[in-house]
Amino acid sequence: MELSAFLLQVLNGLDKGSAYALIALGLTLIFGTLGVVNFAHGALFMIGAFCAVTLQKILTHSFITLDETKTDFLGKPLKVKTPYVEEWFGQVAGQAIIDWAVPLAILFAIPVMLLIGFAMERGLIKHFYKRPHADQILVTFGLAIVLQEIIKAYFGANQIPVPAPEAFIGSLDFGTLIGFDPGVIIYPYWRVVYFIFAMIIIAAVFAFLQFTTFGMVVRAGMADRETVGLLGIDIDKRFTIMFGIAAAVAGLAGVMYTPINPPNYHMGMDFLVISFVVVVVGGMGSLGGAVLAGFILGILESFASMREVIEFIPGINQVVIYLAAIVILLARPRGLLGRKGVMES
Amino acid sequence: MLGLSRNDFLLLLFVLVLVAAAPIFLNPFPEGSEFAQFNAGYPDLMQRFVIFGIFAIGFNILFGLTGYLSFGHAAFLGAGSYAGVWMLKLLTINVIPAIVVSTIVAGIFSVIIGYISLRRSGIYFSILTLAFAQMSFALAASVLTPITGGETGLQTALHDPRILDGASDGAGNIPAPSLFGLEMKQSWQVNVGDWLWTFNVGYYLSAFVLLIAFYIAIRIFRSPFGMMLKAVKSNNQRLSYTGISPRPYTLAAFVISGMYAGLAGGLMVAMDPLAGAERMQWTASGEVVLMTILGGVGTLVGPVLGAGLIKYFENIFSKINDNLLHQWFAFMPDGIEDFMVTIIHPFVGKGWHLTLGLMFMLVVVFLPGGLVGGLSGLYRRVFQRRSKAQ
Amino acid sequence: MSALEVRGVNKRFGGLQALNDVNLTVDEGRIHAIIGPNGAGKSTLLNCFVGRLTPDSGTVMFHGKSLLGIQPHQINQAGVSRVFQTPEIFSDLTVLENVMIPALAHRDGIFEFNAFKPLRRETEIRQRAIDVLEDLGMEDKTDMIAASMSRGDKRRLEMAMGLVQEPKLLLLDEPTAGMSRADTNNTIDVLRHIGDSRGLTMIIIEHDMHVVFSLADRISVLAQGTVIVEDAPEHIKGNVKVQEAYLGGAH
Repeated sequence: MELSAFLLQVLNGLDKGSAYALIALGLTLIFGTLGVVNFAHGALFMIGAFCAVTLQKILTHSFITLDETKTDFLGKPLKVKTPYVEEWFGQVAGQAIIDWAVPLAILFAIPVMLLIGFAMERGLIKHFYKRPHADQILVTFGLAIVLQEIIKAYFGANQIPVPAPEAFIGSLDFGTLIGFDPGVIIYPYWRVVYFIFAMIIIAAVFAFLQFTTFGMVVRAGMADRETVGLLGIDIDKRFTIMFGIAAAVAGLAGVMYTPINPPNYHMGMDFLVISFVVVVVGGMGSLGGAVLAGFILGILESFASMREVIEFIPGINQVVIYLAAIVILLARPRGLLGRKGVMES
Repeated sequence: MLGLSRNDFLLLLFVLVLVAAAPIFLNPFPEGSEFAQFNAGYPDLMQRFVIFGIFAIGFNILFGLTGYLSFGHAAFLGAGSYAGVWMLKLLTINVIPAIVVSTIVAGIFSVIIGYISLRRSGIYFSILTLAFAQMSFALAASVLTPITGGETGLQTALHDPRILDGASDGAGNIPAPSLFGLEMKQSWQVNVGDWLWTFNVGYYLSAFVLLIAFYIAIRIFRSPFGMMLKAVKSNNQRLSYTGISPRPYTLAAFVISGMYAGLAGGLMVAMDPLAGAERMQWTASGEVVLMTILGGVGTLVGPVLGAGLIKYFENIFSKINDNLLHQWFAFMPDGIEDFMVTIIHPFVGKGWHLTLGLMFMLVVVFLPGGLVGGLSGLYRRVFQRRSKAQ
Repeated sequence: MSALEVRGVNKRFGGLQALNDVNLTVDEGRIHAIIGPNGAGKSTLLNCFVGRLTPDSGTVMFHGKSLLGIQPHQINQAGVSRVFQTPEIFSDLTVLENVMIPALAHRDGIFEFNAFKPLRRETEIRQRAIDVLEDLGMEDKTDMIAASMSRGDKRRLEMAMGLVQEPKLLLLDEPTAGMSRADTNNTIDVLRHIGDSRGLTMIIIEHDMHVVFSLADRISVLAQGTVIVEDAPEHIKGNVKVQEAYLGGAH
């Protein structure tokens, strides 16, 4: 295999790996801090994506004027749709705002996802800390279905395309940057953006946990919740905030993923199962493990879908993630970076 | 009786009456009435009740007793289904070999997957089983197409060899699965007043198998073996310091539950000789987990109830449409009628999933321990309050 | 004849030498007490006998067979039962079931696919479990869920689970901790009685000197991971080294 083809597959694996890593990061935060198996986490990713859809709908919300100078094919005055934002900010600025709907949706999604996260934790998850994992699975699965159905009721069952800003449409000829011939390693701009975005979020979460007092308490709580509680620290409130942050991370992953894959109501479920595999392969309660496993599995998946590989081992593209999971879990009992005693009973 | 305590025997008798009379009491509404929509006493659905009941009973032997949560049991259901269709194709259209071989094949398959997966516990075990099942699903849908029929599925055909039945002369229809000539799809319909009851061969065969499966489950629950499985759930470590090796016990439970799943798969193809890869997908594995939790983990009759409830919702609520809603509320003034229809509309028809999701949440919140656990807890509380008052 | 021969056992946890060249001989049919200050390595030593820990070096021979490198359930099947310090019981099961499980393990070995015989028809095992519970004064608690019992009762249940196996060697880790004085005396009587009637070999770790001196035939004193004195009880009381170890004067 040529080096260029190899590099291309690594790049192709990065964006899916980024999505896996971001969802798994939130999942493992919730596992580690609250001890809750959250089957609704995929739904949070999906809601994030629909935040972008919603914002796009709001921004393109238009009023209709009649343009007397032009006529439509029936000879009546032409109806012109003008989005309110163009009316308010002028045509150029307005169009730019609409064009940048997806990045803007980040600002929109953060408060929305935090609120949803807080509401979920306070309203439902809180009551399930001490309940068996079976109950947690059933209730969060039920919630995931409900959220999914609500989205379906409003937005329909079809995929809704949400374009990236025009500036990022097209591809980066990555090969030429590192001395390959033009046209060998081509990578869409938006995927570059997604990867960088994911790295920033991951770094931010780690920095937050590592360098703030809040993060220190949360990490201590992940290691030994009871003792931290005995120190007179209100760990519950911090865990609520952590849940909100985990929801926001999943939501942002969803927002930015929309140009890569047009969202539909069941995209969360599709990602959920693999995200669980990622979390467990990374090692329960290990944030670094979740990120590492996310990228490893994303890249493996991309390699396995190469024609040369499939010809060699038919069907490998379908099963590579699961095969890797089995091999890793048998070789390393607690996943890549897992700690002993977390979620084993 | 039958080696059961009095209470267990009564429970078995209760289930016997339940399944025997199901065609009657599942059709409580007269044919053609407004509420006939809620009747569940038609063969197809009743077969599904008992077959998924068997699947869930078996799953509960693993999950309910040992606490090991498998997310891949659909693989055994699927493997059993494929084996069953192949028996119908190669051997005979009689369903007995199909059902027996499905169970055995699923058993062998579960020995392999169980042996490897049980090297880990907790969530690591769950993910291993999930991974094996997803691999089985993906391979069945793609590479293994010659054996599984790929995405179109595997079904019986006119020119199948059917060695024991004698070669087909190539004319006529594809033979329907039967029990010594009695076709599974054969039904007798009885009209009593406005009510219509359907007694179906396939349903009663499945119900008979369910009774046997339920009986075996009771025996396992009450045996020393069953107690060891409960001990695995309670304190795995301690068990080994007591001189017991937990691994063979959990593996035995895993294989038994895998065989139940295969048996269910075999019955499915006996009713309808078609097996598809989607039967192995994680959603199918998740469904049996939900059935068991919904009904009551570790209870005898819970999984059967859970299976019935989920299948009922899936089949009945999904069929209710706006016309029907308008019919039901026609007695109300128009405005209120429309209002009621608008309110209920999102929960039925295509929105039945919403009702299902809400039901999951309500059951977990208000009936911890599932239907059986929650209701018996409720009963106990009411009963105790009354005895305190006296 | 010696039942248990421990030779040169070492165990290190990071920088801590938990066990330092431990030698111990337990004679058959005797009750051997191991005493010593907190952190002396008593529980670590016991853990090395049942397969919970593997020593870094040394040998542990039980009737001529090594107990090292084999699984905990194999050690138990060889005739070594342990009564845990913190009750390790099957908390979701009833008291009777808790005792029937080790009894079945004793009869059936590490695995038996006994899936169709009703539990209540196991009359012999059941009776044996009830007998042991009676010995310990728990016959009225057989149907209680184990988790709902008091801590002292859990300790007695632990003991019943060990005794019902009729082991060749019984390891008791602070068997009377958390018990009332009356229950402690009762436990002493039961252990004394079993020791005398069955000739059962026992190793007992205990802080309560009343228990130690009423039961032990021989006492080893462990301090800082090593056996400093081994002698008959009457010689231990006045021993200077032992007093130093307890008062922290040694070294």
